[in-house]
Amino acid sequence: MDVRGKGAVVTGASRGLGAALARELAREGARVVLVARGSEELERVAAGIRASGGEAHAVAADVGDKTAPHAIAGTAQALVGPVELVVQAASTLGHVPLRPLLDTDCEALEQALAVNVVGPFRLAKLLLAPMVLRGRGLLVNVTSDASVAAYATWGAYGVSKAALDHLGRVFGAELAETGVKVVTVDPGEMDTAMHADALPDADRASLLRPERVAARILRLVRGSDALPNGARVEAAAAGDLGEPAARAPHGAEGA
Amino acid sequence: MIAASWPRDAPLDERLLVVDPRAGSFRDGRVGDLARLLVPGDLLVVNDAATVPASLAATTTAGDAVEIRLASHVSGPVWRAVLLGTGDRATSGTPRLAIHEAWRTRTEHRPPPPPVRPGDVLAIAPRFDARVEALDDRLPRLLTLRFSLDDDAFWPALYRHGRPVQYAHVARPLALWHVQTPFAARPWAVEMPSAGRPLAWALLGELRARGVRVSSLTHAAGLSATGDPAVDAALPLPERFDLPAATVDAIAETHASGRRVVAAGTTVVRALEGCARLTDLREGVPRDSRGGRGGSLVPGEGTTDLRIDARFSPRIVDGLLTGLHELGTSHRSLVQAFAPEPLLARSWTHAEASGYLDHEFGDECLVLPGALGA
Repeated sequence: MDVRGKGAVVTGASRGLGAALARELAREGARVVLVARGSEELERVAAGIRASGGEAHAVAADVGDKTAPHAIAGTAQALVGPVELVVQAASTLGHVPLRPLLDTDCEALEQALAVNVVGPFRLAKLLLAPMVLRGRGLLVNVTSDASVAAYATWGAYGVSKAALDHLGRVFGAELAETGVKVVTVDPGEMDTAMHADALPDADRASLLRPERVAARILRLVRGSDALPNGARVEAAAAGDLGEPAARAPHGAEGA
Repeated sequence: MIAASWPRDAPLDERLLVVDPRAGSFRDGRVGDLARLLVPGDLLVVNDAATVPASLAATTTAGDAVEIRLASHVSGPVWRAVLLGTGDRATSGTPRLAIHEAWRTRTEHRPPPPPVRPGDVLAIAPRFDARVEALDDRLPRLLTLRFSLDDDAFWPALYRHGRPVQYAHVARPLALWHVQTPFAARPWAVEMPSAGRPLAWALLGELRARGVRVSSLTHAAGLSATGDPAVDAALPLPERFDLPAATVDAIAETHASGRRVVAAGTTVVRALEGCARLTDLREGVPRDSRGGRGGSLVPGEGTTDLRIDARFSPRIVDGLLTGLHELGTSHRSLVQAFAPEPLLARSWTHAEASGYLDHEFGDECLVLPGALGA
């Protein structure tokens, strides 16, 4: 997919991978609607994009809130519609610090499912349907290797991400031959605020920069025609070939 | 006819009155039957406009409660709108209607809004208000409003404070998801383009699998009633539409192959026939010399004030999926362009006696030549 001039929605866009993706998409000429809970951080990222000549609109909303997806989709379609690209990078870990399942409150699991599965499902429904009528569009859901491997203490998050992976697979099966594609991307371990919440003692030097992962995901987006519908791919598979080795992130630094 | 008072759970089981003007007869069916009533090569065109939460509770400078109903988007923060009274007036002793319950009173029985003048400010929420820019010359209930927020702030505020426009036949307050079609995209409609409401994806998928094409356009469906007889007589107001190139191509191919173009809703008829009429106007084709099938459609945005009635000969659209519309409404007049009124009257009488439901959550009617076989 060529993102130039396309209407795009990025959730989780106030920091980390979401913010880096929003910047990357805007730099490539997409018209980007940034969604996140915290309006101040979010507005800073959007302002940074606009300052470097990109188009960015900030929409403060919590994707885990039942009424939010209609406002997000409606606002995005009004501002940059028709929306043809959606990247869902918003996530919650559940309890922080992480807890074993036997210590996990049921409400924390429900919250993880609301933000990581049900909200993305609601928003996907609203934004995919018109794409199917028009016969083109792409949805990228951001997952984690915790959706595949069983890591102790990552239960609420891992369960929700596994469900998100499968949501992508079933959408992929249902949308075959429609021109609309759903892809699930595992970004790898990144140096983000969320990672620091989960593993505060991690060696940050060993972690990927979100900007670098965003560039990889952009390459996947550009080459998405070749991906099978419903595919789950690792961002690392896109490699870094052809990208300038040290790309200066513009705007605010990713979290 | 009894009004459907709430959305139902199984759209494909809702009733479908099939009216065949060629056969001069009608038959009962279900919405799910559309998969077999349309044949390979036919094209179904839907309106993908999402429904805006177009009703806003506001207070005038004098302290009177009013309901703003957005009618159409002009540009940027400027909209056309009508005001409805609530009777909740700071200055009089008339019966008071709580603003969020005011829809329960039939529109035509609503108290008139307090008079407003250009420059007046209608307060909606802190920092979110609307300044009256102008009153319509002919229809003073029709206002031009300028909102205090620009695009990026306006839309989230509208979604936060606005509610769906709703009428007294509806049982409970509607949520925004109750008034969306299954393929709602850009929020251009101030009321749901309701013919598309029961077109579930299971049905659209089945149609496509059988070789029936499904295309979309966006048409800014307007208010269906305001309670002001003068404004209601002027409805529908000019409405804007956006016609994708792919839909124009699909229509040309459908015409060329001798198949039928079926509009899901009066708004789709208006957009397509209105677009063809605009081309005529641009090319200087006089109104009475047009005729025959196939007009020139140009992709892109336009605005139509076309009013369609029994005297109109559709050139783009062969058949129409729509709700059940009472005689005397502009929707019924439009349907008369596709079938003679005596046939519509007979089928309406039958539908009413058979318990069909009308209004936006009601049953549907397919008016299509050859639908009953030929």
